[in-house]
Amino acid sequence: MSKNISILIVDDEESVRDSLYNWFIEDGYRVECAGNAKEALSIIESREFDIVLADIKMPGMDGLEMHRRIKAQNKETIVIVMTAFASVDTAVQALKDGAYDYITKPFDPDDLSHLVRNAAKQITLKAENEALRNKMNELENVEDIVGKSEGMLKVLKEVKSVAQSNSSVIISGESGTGKELIARAIHFNSPRRYFPLVSVHCGALTESLLESELFGHEKGAFTGAMYNRKGRFEMADGGTIFLDEIATISAKTQVELLRVLESKSFIRVGGNKEISSDFRVICATNKDLKKMVENGTFREDLFYRLNVVNINIPPLRERVEDIPMLMNHFIIKYCTAMSRDMVTIEPAALKRLEEFEFPGNVRELENMIERAIVIGNGKEIRLADLPMGKDIIYSSVESLDDLEKKYILQILNKYDWNITRSAKALKVDRVTLYNKIKKYDLSTGKS
Amino acid sequence: MDKHNIILIAHGQFESGFLSEIAEEVALEYNCSVAVQESQLDLMNFYEPTRRQYDGYKLLKEIDGMNIAGYTKKIGLFRVDLFIPILTYIFGQAFFKGNSGIASLYRLKNEQYGMKPDQDLLFHRFRKVIIHEIGHTFGLIHCHVPNCVMRSSTYVEDIDQKRHHLCCNCRSIIAVNEE
Ligand SMILES: [Zn+2]
Ligand SMILES: [Zn+2]
Repeated sequence: MSKNISILIVDDEESVRDSLYNWFIEDGYRVECAGNAKEALSIIESREFDIVLADIKMPGMDGLEMHRRIKAQNKETIVIVMTAFASVDTAVQALKDGAYDYITKPFDPDDLSHLVRNAAKQITLKAENEALRNKMNELENVEDIVGKSEGMLKVLKEVKSVAQSNSSVIISGESGTGKELIARAIHFNSPRRYFPLVSVHCGALTESLLESELFGHEKGAFTGAMYNRKGRFEMADGGTIFLDEIATISAKTQVELLRVLESKSFIRVGGNKEISSDFRVICATNKDLKKMVENGTFREDLFYRLNVVNINIPPLRERVEDIPMLMNHFIIKYCTAMSRDMVTIEPAALKRLEEFEFPGNVRELENMIERAIVIGNGKEIRLADLPMGKDIIYSSVESLDDLEKKYILQILNKYDWNITRSAKALKVDRVTLYNKIKKYDLSTGKS
Repeated sequence: MDKHNIILIAHGQFESGFLSEIAEEVALEYNCSVAVQESQLDLMNFYEPTRRQYDGYKLLKEIDGMNIAGYTKKIGLFRVDLFIPILTYIFGQAFFKGNSGIASLYRLKNEQYGMKPDQDLLFHRFRKVIIHEIGHTFGLIHCHVPNCVMRSSTYVEDIDQKRHHLCCNCRSIIAVNEE
């Protein structure tokens, strides 16, 4: 979005100009600087800018006067004034004169990017003509959603149609089916895509932590709260909040959530100010929420508020035809990540994969492929490289090797099979760990 | 990218092995050699008592002025709270298409937000910030690909949502820039 948007920074302090210049250049804007109002006006005479970010207090001509002249030149230009605490009055005057907004120095990085993104969005929306906006574009950022099966095509079709709206969505599906990917796809194809997608894994947090996560807290609200902290709802302003494992939230949190959804406002933990936020909510669950409503463990009113649209992702065993494509996708992903040559797959191994039930769905397949590449011969994934390719022989006596094997597996699972982190925890180098994995024939699929 | 050598200049005490592991990951991501060195710089000269923070703008300039033979890119690593004149804090910053950057793990710690310390999470976050800032020195702007390391992040939570890798698009931009 920011590609064609130009910003002129006007400030008499070099360090401020430099910092802002760098900040906006890295955000992809076209940026120029001026050290005073006179210089700014002469630059504006020769080139048009979409946004002017100007200090209100400068020697020579002040920001207010400059603002009037800029507006006289081009009333489309968005002017944002920067001010120190002491001169907020002047800033308010600027707003009355038609400035877009003002911001008090020093700013939170997030406030700055939010303000400018909002301005940029306004410009972009104005520029896009109606016909273009209504045209159904191809879905973007869906490279990781792999599959051509009827079930997946249906899901993608639903993503496309729901993305443009503001409706709440519940994504249901067994664990490992990729619910978060679908949430991302909705967000990044929606008009909210230039604003954050904020995820909350509800199941991983206790009730009180979840509250502080969702609503934020004020400095000193509890021991260890050293800074004011924005909650996820506040961070999601303009964007989307993704609540994973929604079925796990407590009765109390359900009430609070319902209130926030109704009023789009809330109060930080330990605070007293009402804060409002414009967010869209997407939830995910592997539980049957409807059943939970029936047996009274999930509030019916909350359910209906969340479940405006339901997208169900089929389990992998119901879309076996997607397995070869998925496999290729993961082979490319992991061979690239490990800087290895691409591998192929032995027909017998592929056949076994297609017959497998995959209780852990796509995630389980992904883990298997990663492991097979790690322990394999570097050319081809063989049946023996797959966890189900071998019969496991159990011995009744636990040898030292057995104990080592168990321990390594435990650490690997703990770190999601991240080899670097696991090796560190085990205090061995990565090569040693790879050798152990090979020796013990360890895999992610079982444990 | 093999014509580049990156040096990570550590200010303050880091856990042993922490930085060498980060160096290893940076080397993999940018396919170049990465070294770690301890700095003798006195940070007191960069302390701003009114804000009780360290001036990241001055520190970046200082790092940029250092002449370290054999290295084309210099990244200063810190444990202290950094700000720039216009912003309340920064995780890091770099000269766009330049040779220097800085990053601090201060605001990446869970403890700052009233949560349990998590050394692994801290490692992941710091690694992403460093790889991100180096990306800027290679001329990368913020990327809209959801899990690309060059996605802009103003919160620690944003950092957690991306991976520590460049997306294909960013990768190809570097390749073109470096030709
Ligand atoms: Zn950046
Ligand atoms: Zn990217």
